[in-house]
Amino acid sequence: MSATEPPLLEISDLRVAFATEDGTVQAVDGVSFTVSRGEVVAIVGESGSGKSVTAMTLMGLPRGSNATFQGTATFDGTELVGASDEQLRRIRGAGIAMVFQDPMSSLDPVYRIGDQIVEQIRAHERKISKAQALDRAVTLMERVGIPRAAERLRSYPHEFSGGMRQRVMIAMALSCSPKLLIADEPTTALDVTIQAQILEELRKLRDETDAGVILVTHDLGVVADIADRVIVMYAGRVVEQGVLDDIFYDPQHPYTWGLLGSITRIDSDRSQRLPAIPGMPPSLLSPPKGCHFRPRCPHAFEKCVEVPPLEGHVANRPESLDRCWLTEDRKRALRQVDGQVGLRSTEPVIS
Amino acid sequence: MTEHDSLPPDRRDADSLPPDERDAGAPPDADAGGSGDDVPDAGTTGEGTPSASPGGSMSGAPAEAGPAADPGTSSEGATAEGTPLLSVEHLRMLFPIKAGLLVDRQVGQVHAVDDVSFALYEGETLGIVGESGCGKTTLIRVLVRLLDATSGAIRFRGRDITRSGRRELAPIRREMQMVFQDPQASLNPRKRVGQILATPLRLRGVPREQVARESRELLQRVGMAGDVLNRFPHEFSGGQRQRIGIARALAVDPRLILLDEPVSALDVSIQAQVINLLDELQDEFRLSYVFVAHDLSVVRHVSDRIVVMYLGKLMEVSPAEQLYSKPIHPYTQALLGAIPIPDPRVNRSRQRAVISGEPPNPINPPSGCRFHTRCPHATEVCRTIEPPLTEYAGGHLAACHHPQNVTAGEVAAATRSDQSPLSAGAEGPSLIAAGDGRETSATAPVQR
Amino acid sequence: MLRFVVRRMLVMVALLIVISMFTFAMFVLLLPNGNPAALLAGRLATPAEIHLISVRYGFDKPIYIQYIDTMKNIFTGQAYSYQSSFNVLDEIRAGMPATLSLAIGAGLIWLLVSILFGTIAAVRAGKYADRVLTVLSMIGVSMPPFFFGAILIYYVAYKANIIPIGGYVPFSQSVGGWFGHLVAPWITLSILFIGFYSRVLRSSILDSINEDYVRTARAKGLSERQVLIRHSLRNSLIPIISLWGLDFAQVIGGGAILTETVYNLHGVGELARDSIGRLDTITLMEIVILTGIAVVVIGAIVDVLVAYLDPRIRLA
Repeated sequence: MSATEPPLLEISDLRVAFATEDGTVQAVDGVSFTVSRGEVVAIVGESGSGKSVTAMTLMGLPRGSNATFQGTATFDGTELVGASDEQLRRIRGAGIAMVFQDPMSSLDPVYRIGDQIVEQIRAHERKISKAQALDRAVTLMERVGIPRAAERLRSYPHEFSGGMRQRVMIAMALSCSPKLLIADEPTTALDVTIQAQILEELRKLRDETDAGVILVTHDLGVVADIADRVIVMYAGRVVEQGVLDDIFYDPQHPYTWGLLGSITRIDSDRSQRLPAIPGMPPSLLSPPKGCHFRPRCPHAFEKCVEVPPLEGHVANRPESLDRCWLTEDRKRALRQVDGQVGLRSTEPVIS
Repeated sequence: MTEHDSLPPDRRDADSLPPDERDAGAPPDADAGGSGDDVPDAGTTGEGTPSASPGGSMSGAPAEAGPAADPGTSSEGATAEGTPLLSVEHLRMLFPIKAGLLVDRQVGQVHAVDDVSFALYEGETLGIVGESGCGKTTLIRVLVRLLDATSGAIRFRGRDITRSGRRELAPIRREMQMVFQDPQASLNPRKRVGQILATPLRLRGVPREQVARESRELLQRVGMAGDVLNRFPHEFSGGQRQRIGIARALAVDPRLILLDEPVSALDVSIQAQVINLLDELQDEFRLSYVFVAHDLSVVRHVSDRIVVMYLGKLMEVSPAEQLYSKPIHPYTQALLGAIPIPDPRVNRSRQRAVISGEPPNPINPPSGCRFHTRCPHATEVCRTIEPPLTEYAGGHLAACHHPQNVTAGEVAAATRSDQSPLSAGAEGPSLIAAGDGRETSATAPVQR
Repeated sequence: MLRFVVRRMLVMVALLIVISMFTFAMFVLLLPNGNPAALLAGRLATPAEIHLISVRYGFDKPIYIQYIDTMKNIFTGQAYSYQSSFNVLDEIRAGMPATLSLAIGAGLIWLLVSILFGTIAAVRAGKYADRVLTVLSMIGVSMPPFFFGAILIYYVAYKANIIPIGGYVPFSQSVGGWFGHLVAPWITLSILFIGFYSRVLRSSILDSINEDYVRTARAKGLSERQVLIRHSLRNSLIPIISLWGLDFAQVIGGGAILTETVYNLHGVGELARDSIGRLDTITLMEIVILTGIAVVVIGAIVDVLVAYLDPRIRLA
């Protein structure tokens, strides 16, 4: 995170749109952020916020002629947006690796685990022999905590539990020593005790390899557990970003307040009602004018029909950026609900 | 010693349920969609419902006090207030595993629900949590009689409905509704919202001409605009569909709603809306809930008492407010420790018991205490003798030989609960002598 | 898996028995005037002659004895046609090479060509090649063999004289002749299946592109070609092979009657057709039973093949 070294990944004003029969869906609408080596950046948002599309775009994965990309995403000196298929192929799995949400369906059911790991190694290192690649697969599997790895190389995915499959996915992702690991909801499909194990595994890896990690998730508990910095997305835009503790203890955007307020906590006071965010996220086909959160925001005022810029508003915290027209004082006053951060719910908000 | 004794031949096959009965088993609607309008009229804001706080739901629940002390087994022991609405006694659901070249022989059983007893009182919310494979989903299916229990009894208002036929069940099914996890899959995609709601309303005996009006009222009650009767489920978001599902369950004016992961498919902000809605409805209609979910935080928020299951057995039955502050069973501690708290400072400072390994196969569950293979406190007795459910002060039950977070005095005052599994041993709980590990259960971080 | 195959074969054997009984019953009991002996004896036969025939063929015995005797004859190769007095097994043996040559050749052609066409159509989905293949497969599916066969015979064989007009030359006699005589029948028989299979494969591949494991394959840095062949196509072949097993067995079991007839191949299909025309019970039963056995065996082989392709099935 030192200022001198250029960041591992620098995304600037990334826009992704999908042409559909009903019109253009602006899935990602001007997203900018950076990721440094050894840093875990969490992208938080609900479905449709554009967090997964952002991650996929870095891997060059959204396909089809209906997608259009704008902006820049520079990874380790290479521009990803507009890169050729072959350039992207070389980066995928080697420079940037990815772990997906559902380990049950992310491995090809018809191949042995070992062969699937070997396939990735040999896609990037043509000279390595199959035996060498298998040896490396065993080492990787042991490293991510798969017992009897040499034996289990020959297993098929359906013979593994969900947690074990996710470990295989992580082993595979690590097989070519990536500099950036993108984990898209890596623990959402897993039981809590297994989730804790997988998060521990990711943390260990980050420490050992000094890779940058982008963690895409909707779970603020996971974020609090592992992230260094947090990016909050809503309806295709970054609404707020900052250092972990600042996001949790001094959140600037009303949507972040709402998110923090509406989660049930295992250690919270049960007698309090959850300050839920009213309404639903907007359709990306016809998003509201100005701030996308405006229709659900109890604090919206006239100015909010203009798109607020993503800017720093907090003194001495240049890394804290948010998209909200409210002044800092107003924010501090408004975000308290029953002594906790939340979105004040008064009358229903009419869009 | 668990399986063989209790397998009446006629109960072996869950499929023996006649098809029509199976249909009827699903609450009139096999769907449960929810839906809220983008702008919940009343749903989330609570105007018009004075006691919107979740705590309100506890007012009517005698649960944590007296009756809970002796909830499970039979109605006769209960006090006047306390005939449980629903009680479950030594319920087992074993699925046979068949093999053989020509003739099927039973080679094993999946111990999905294995001798479970509990009671639910009027107005109370009972949460059931556990990891996948713990049997919670099977349990709820047995409760609504989608599956026929292998043995044990289910009582509704004291009446045994374990083996009741379709005719006997019909009135009970109107009082006992179910809301499913996936509102997408549980609402018939070819029916309009009006039709989805009309069926249960007609079932309740609402005259045809009033159905539309009542449907609109129901929708408004769950926070949706009343003018969506002509729309199809796919036109709604997940949260709205779940609201429709709740409205459909409410249409027959039930006393009890069984909720199977009702919010886990929804986004966080929508989850909160639906949880609040459920709270309000409970206060307004004095509903009882059985709330099954894997998310301990959500369950703890909505429930009065929480049942923690592991591999088909009850590990702990805890009053909600004690679950986090005083987990007695090491498995509950492990679950709590595994959940990250969305508060970085708290999260960093707390000591977390993280357990290693994965749940064993329910076909060959471990002997003695089923958790002993992953338990940091396990001793010889845990490997051999199944612990009985022990009742501590305040109706707090735990099935553990080496209970945590309790004093020697509390252990001495504890009694064996008659909800204990029949196969449990006679041994009472004993505190582990070694002082370490007792309070915090410091476990090695995940490593295999 | 073994359990599955064994059970399936048992079911098929039971089914075969039922079918043979049904065939038997149809032709022996439900004859136009009720008496097979009378039918065999001809219109001008005297009652004495009819009685003689009745005794000779055992038509005077109870019906179940007749059935059992017939089955015994079939399985010992002693069954003789009532009408033509030929040994049925010999006759079937004579027709088998033509039928097998037709079925196996066509089976391979339609499998390989539809994999090729289906894959191309999927890769070029929505583009020119896909549209052309779509139209072609529509034509293929809707083209009856007798019509397409007639066109081939008239234009390619008769007018252009590129291939022989019909008939069958055994492989042992002349490889070139065998091949030359079968090209047109193979194409005729395949074209229907190619149309159908390539559509199924195309949509199966297109569906698989949305599978998580295909996304994983791409994220691993495999080339598009590797992703397509090793992951999309490999998984999409599983249903195609299952389907192929069913259809191939059906073609052996008489599904090629039309093609055999059009090209005058003298195969088992033609024999079956002729026996139906003659109400030749014995021949028909034997064909039904033998082709039934072939169907069962091929089915088992295909099951094993599919289990090899899809390890998830190998359980149990």
